Amino acid sequence: MPVFYGVEVSSALMLGTAQYPSPAIMAQAFRASGAGIATVSLRREQGGGQAFWDLIAGLGVRVLPNTAGCHTVKEAVTTAHMARELFGTPWIKLEVIGHTDTLQPDVVALIEAARILTAEGFEVFPYCTEDLTICGRLLDAGCQVLMPWGAPIGSGRGLNNPFGLRSLRAQFPDVPLVVDAGIGLPSHAAQAMELGFDAVLLNTAVARAGDPAAMARAMARAIEAGREAYLADPMEPRDMAAPSTPLIGKAFLT
Amino acid sequence: MKPFRILGAGVMGLAIATELATRGHPVELVDPEPTPGPHGCSWWAGGMLAPYCERESAEEPVERLGLGAIDWWDRHTGTVRRNGTLVLALARDQGELARFARRSRGHRPLDAAGIAALEPDLAGRFSAGLFFEDEAHLSPRAALSALRDGLRTRGVAFHRAPPSPAPALQIDARGLAARDALTDLRGVRGEMLVLRCPDVTLSRPVRLLHPRIPLYIVPRGDGIFMLGATMIESDRRGIVTARSVLELLSAAYALHPAFGEAEVLETGADARPAFPDNLPRLRRRGATLYANGLYRHGFLLAPAVAAMAADHLETGITPAFMDEVSA
Repeated sequence: MPVFYGVEVSSALMLGTAQYPSPAIMAQAFRASGAGIATVSLRREQGGGQAFWDLIAGLGVRVLPNTAGCHTVKEAVTTAHMARELFGTPWIKLEVIGHTDTLQPDVVALIEAARILTAEGFEVFPYCTEDLTICGRLLDAGCQVLMPWGAPIGSGRGLNNPFGLRSLRAQFPDVPLVVDAGIGLPSHAAQAMELGFDAVLLNTAVARAGDPAAMARAMARAIEAGREAYLADPMEPRDMAAPSTPLIGKAFLT
Repeated sequence: MKPFRILGAGVMGLAIATELATRGHPVELVDPEPTPGPHGCSWWAGGMLAPYCERESAEEPVERLGLGAIDWWDRHTGTVRRNGTLVLALARDQGELARFARRSRGHRPLDAAGIAALEPDLAGRFSAGLFFEDEAHLSPRAALSALRDGLRTRGVAFHRAPPSPAPALQIDARGLAARDALTDLRGVRGEMLVLRCPDVTLSRPVRLLHPRIPLYIVPRGDGIFMLGATMIESDRRGIVTARSVLELLSAAYALHPAFGEAEVLETGADARPAFPDNLPRLRRRGATLYANGLYRHGFLLAPAVAAMAADHLETGITPAFMDEVSA
């Protein structure tokens, strides 16, 4: 199971807590999937979300607060401080949005915010792109996890750049890598795990499914399958057909 | 016979009072603010009686129990407009429309001509939509006042503070204020705007689907429109945020650019009372019956919950939404 900042979590599925039809259905999705980490936003709640945060605390999983909705370093740092107080954890999923329509991260501001927060003792989970140089800079800034997008947040488009994600895995073999955002289907999640990623973070695909609990369970199974496949050393694709049963001695010319 | 005492004169309290009074029971209401007004979250409601549309994100009882609300409000207030609901999406969000159609029933598809026939001011702006013909809407403030007037006409007393002696039975319909007794109640913040835009005429509520910023706009007549509503997991009341105003107005502008010239008459925010499954509850504790948790379905579900409360009080049955009976 993945280890983040020295903490082993019980599942490679990290599940968001937004957009569910109700908190009761959200809780069902967590139970059905066995997700090990719950991400939670707090920027828009203006400090009035205590009742909802109590429900999340009641899920019995590790909480990863995020800075969703922040567009500047200052907002993100302030939100991280608030999160540390509210949830009593040094973990922070750092999001600094650079583009309103696509919600692309502002990777320049992200690096600066990561440096500030790491120096203050936070354990930063940066929401980034799969750019190798940017990811290297984030590690230099003190991050010990990288969370590149698969596709824009909430788009459900899957892995837009499998080649880039594979390069990232190869470049940083010892850094925990999480595909964060863009997952729409279990097959997308499985693909991320088959590439050797350590975990998958998703929200909309489950919360906005017709049956969130069933979709959450399907995601968890796909993630397990993808991880097992990666560890099992999959075959390489070949151009030539290769029969799995030897043909010598069979009347194969008939 | 001692009257049933109802605490709270919002949509829940007024509906229960009306239901009981109509069935011939004496009732009295207690609320520090006995006249409907901005202190109660039903004041800020959209007033859409849209059980089919709500089913898209709500559980099955909301549709089933909401269906009777249209006739109930018509019967008791005469303020209902039965013009259906129009659901639209911008060209790039057509997937949202397909999803909405899959998750709801009671609709038929509309093409550009069909949309133009229903709402001429939207002609040429949308190529596909859904029409929920059997839905309706009302003006919440007029409807609350009509219930109150109806009760006063029947001689029902409205007290600012509980009079003595104590009643044989009281019904607690205080909404979020009842968190002192109902610990699993939470507030879900909603923000709304009221616009005046004489350039646009709409005959029915229009919902504009969007992956991040869904909007509904409810015509109140005379060029007045209500825009709503955000859903934020927060019990903060009071003033709207700039971001919410920005999002609601930009969605309205996308629906029709003439809304860009509208006057903003009013902004409002409040917290709706909700239980973890966002469905209402009745709880009987000794001589108190709690009725609460209407969430965003105040006008849609208050009639059904009021009928359940009255059934319980009359016959002692345990209705569907009653999850606790204790001495």
